[in-house]
Amino acid sequence: MTRGRWIAITALAGLLAIVAGGAAGAADTSARTIEIDIHYSHFTPSQVTVPAGVPIRFVIVNADPIDHEWIVGDAAVQERHRTGTETSHGARPTEQSIPAGGTVESVVTFAAPGPLQYICHLPGHEAYGMVGTLVVTGS
Amino acid sequence: MARRRILLPAAAAVLLIGLAAGPALACGGLIGPNGAVNLLRTTTFAGYHDGVEHYVTAFEYAGGGGAFGSLTPLPGVPTSVEKGGDWTLQRLLRETDPQSLLDARLAVPAAAGSAEELMKVRIDALDLTVLRGGAAEVGQWAKDHGFRLPPDAPEVLDFYASRSPIFLAAAFDPTAAAARGQAVGDGTPVHITIPVSNPWVPLRILGLGKTNGEAVTADVYLLTDRKPALLPAPTGRNGIALGHSAAASASLLSDLRSDRGMDWIPESGWLTKVEVNGTADQLRYDLAVDATGRTVPSKHAAGLDVVAPAAPSDGSVDVGRILATLGVMAGGVALMAILLTARPRPSGMAASR
Repeated sequence: MTRGRWIAITALAGLLAIVAGGAAGAADTSARTIEIDIHYSHFTPSQVTVPAGVPIRFVIVNADPIDHEWIVGDAAVQERHRTGTETSHGARPTEQSIPAGGTVESVVTFAAPGPLQYICHLPGHEAYGMVGTLVVTGS
Repeated sequence: MARRRILLPAAAAVLLIGLAAGPALACGGLIGPNGAVNLLRTTTFAGYHDGVEHYVTAFEYAGGGGAFGSLTPLPGVPTSVEKGGDWTLQRLLRETDPQSLLDARLAVPAAAGSAEELMKVRIDALDLTVLRGGAAEVGQWAKDHGFRLPPDAPEVLDFYASRSPIFLAAAFDPTAAAARGQAVGDGTPVHITIPVSNPWVPLRILGLGKTNGEAVTADVYLLTDRKPALLPAPTGRNGIALGHSAAASASLLSDLRSDRGMDWIPESGWLTKVEVNGTADQLRYDLAVDATGRTVPSKHAAGLDVVAPAAPSDGSVDVGRILATLGVMAGGVALMAILLTARPRPSGMAASR
């Protein structure tokens, strides 16, 4: 192997290490944006993993001609909303109403690791499959 | 000479879009698990004659605060929407299935959906609006009028709007219904006249608001000059079955012709009854009809060529992994660049050094 190739490979390995390290660092320290699309009454993606203690900027885009909700929380939170009577949401970062064709942004910092769900609790939407999983990992 | 074509008993035309009306709250539970109406078996009759489809169906008063409505996809812009005959649907049932007459339900819960309003008609206590628009417009119209569309509405409305963005929204005025002494279950027959070149009967709309596996039932009567060709074929295994197929009797035609607005009924014709006994996930199509029976009905009319949108991805998103993946890709590009720039020169050039 030529000296030039050894140099290239060494440089590549170094570059990959730097890039990987940079990515890991960014995952722990920087604010991030996750877009969640709503189409035909389904969330995409339907599973998201985020670190605890880091602000996450969620951009929820509703492409449907009907209203939707994005309620993030544990089982108790979801159960409360299944029988709730709030006509709209937005006061809490983890509870948002997204009008038809609208986009809503919300910044959330999850304090502790654990599995959560995001669900639309408008009538029939959860049963139709408007459910997503949000996994909060340790920092 | 007038060319006679089809009478499409479009029970299917009665697209029950379960429009849960009114102050449906953002948090669930008030409208029921489906967010829509539990529809009873419906009966619809559609006739096609001289390039005009006559659609006769009935909307059933559901009582209460008029909390429900319905949307019916139409194959074209109607020239008239008027009160239908009083006995047409019952007479059809008697012709093909006299035993079931007493149990027959001839209506569909009402409905509605911001689209262009082409026509507004009040028939008894029933408010009917002909809309033109895509899924977004119809959805906005429904919202503006206090109706909440079920979660499958976006996909179903797209399915229809891509072919014929014309819908009939129907909703009972509960005050008017009460003033008329209308009881729950009372049907209001409606006759819709639609010039079309390619008739079809909407079936998929019947499953609107229903969950997969939930039953969808309806009777669709077609009256055509000749035995029609249908697509899909009613095999009984695909959610639709052929319940009757025979030359229409003279007595039937005479009786139908004597009902209000039914003087267009031809002297002879072929009566077909298509029984819908499927599930919501099974009925992903409409019924296309070739009234001449000579050619294969349009796949487009049946909705069989409508390309299904990409299914929502179930993939997960891990921000760290995404960044790492992007890093590896960037590294790969960088490596390729380095290797290319480090490629050994031809021996001749090396020797010249």
